Amino acid sequence: MIRIVLPAHLRTLARVAEEVEISVEGPVTQRSVLDALEASYPVLRGTIRGHTTQQRRPFVRFFACEQDLSHDPPDSPLPDAVVKGDEPFMVVGAMAGG
Amino acid sequence: MSGVRVLVGTRKGAFVLTSDGKRKNWKVDGPHFAGWEIYHVKGSPVDPERLYASQTSGWFGQVFQRSDDGGKTWEAVGNQFAYDGVPGTHQWYDGTQHPWEFKRVWHLEPSLTDPDIIFAGVEDAALFRSADGGRSWQELAGLRGHASGPHWQPGAGGMCLHTILLDPKNPKRIFIAISAAGAFRSDDAGETWRPINRGLKSQGIPDENAEVGHCVHRLAMHPTRPGVLFMQKHWDVMRSDDAGDSWREVSGNLPTDFGFPIDVHAHEPETVYVVPIKSDSEHYPPDAKLRVYRSRTGGNEWEALTDGLPQSDCYVNVLRDAMAVDSLDSCGVYFGTTGGQVYASSDAGDHWAPIVRDLPAVLSIEVQTLR
Repeated sequence: MIRIVLPAHLRTLARVAEEVEISVEGPVTQRSVLDALEASYPVLRGTIRGHTTQQRRPFVRFFACEQDLSHDPPDSPLPDAVVKGDEPFMVVGAMAGG
Repeated sequence: MSGVRVLVGTRKGAFVLTSDGKRKNWKVDGPHFAGWEIYHVKGSPVDPERLYASQTSGWFGQVFQRSDDGGKTWEAVGNQFAYDGVPGTHQWYDGTQHPWEFKRVWHLEPSLTDPDIIFAGVEDAALFRSADGGRSWQELAGLRGHASGPHWQPGAGGMCLHTILLDPKNPKRIFIAISAAGAFRSDDAGETWRPINRGLKSQGIPDENAEVGHCVHRLAMHPTRPGVLFMQKHWDVMRSDDAGDSWREVSGNLPTDFGFPIDVHAHEPETVYVVPIKSDSEHYPPDAKLRVYRSRTGGNEWEALTDGLPQSDCYVNVLRDAMAVDSLDSCGVYFGTTGGQVYASSDAGDHWAPIVRDLPAVLSIEVQTLR
């Protein structure tokens, strides 16, 4: 199972706890993880990436294994620790404001 | 037992304020959708338990909420607002052409006859319609496809479609307004549109009498006289007696004719309310006195309503969607401020009292009269 940590506003929207677990068919990538997440929680469609562009929203970041994966291609494999469920894939609302 | 339900959208959530018909004691419920910007909450005139809310975030985009129990519980429904076809471009701040990009829903207007039909005015300016209670949205693309579309440009707050008026006597007639394009009317249920800005004069644009380009802040009508429209423009309060075909200024003796909201008394079609703001560069009341101005003559002659409102050291603003009226026998008037106060008058503006003082900045106010 893939572990996903969501930011507070999206946890409230999806009515889930801080971390959710989902199963992913095939290669584990940003795209396949987010596809599976949105299939399980349709209310999240459009909040992490654009409906039609499927691009990450500008103030959303993806972290895992202490790395910023936000700018990786969406079809790149995620780290083994994420695939094995040892580490979560983190969706982060970027810090902004002052 | 009659009562009112005030629906408040703020920078950090939605609030529902309820009272009986006396409008003295209030229950404050919220925040709903805490931490999100709630641009607008509005109920169906057919089914007052059916509410819609526009929930937005700079981080997570647009969410659209629906309630079927008067705001006790909510369900997120459709949030995909896809422009019809190739979106095209409009004028950007620097004069270049810029692609139309959906940003948020500013204003909701439920159908007068069907609780599942609702219109949404969005930024970048376009009009959408849902016929399934907000689960799916289709653009009424004839508006954005008007020949003037590439010349529309954003105001300082973005290029928003912020006003939608449905004609109660003619189901095919819709009025909308866009900052900073102007007012438009459709007489075929939204298929085709034409600008209705003749008579507006705006000094901030190259041709002050241009067909489009005017920064209209708000339109209002009385439901029994849908051919009479009132407008708060960037500067100038305007009136039309021919459904927008022509406009004349009715600012009269207002201390300043800059402002955002405008509304009409529920039972007196010639009684109009505005909240004058000092200027476009100083968004607070003149002389630091918060005053609603009322005209009982359809404009030109205005009186200041001050009883119960702060008359010193007041530097709040009242945004375009943040004023509404109820339809109880003694008409109630409500407005919210950027300082988080929601003021109510149960006697058509003669006396005011705050319902609540310390909400987040108020973006919108709607009132439901419950019978």
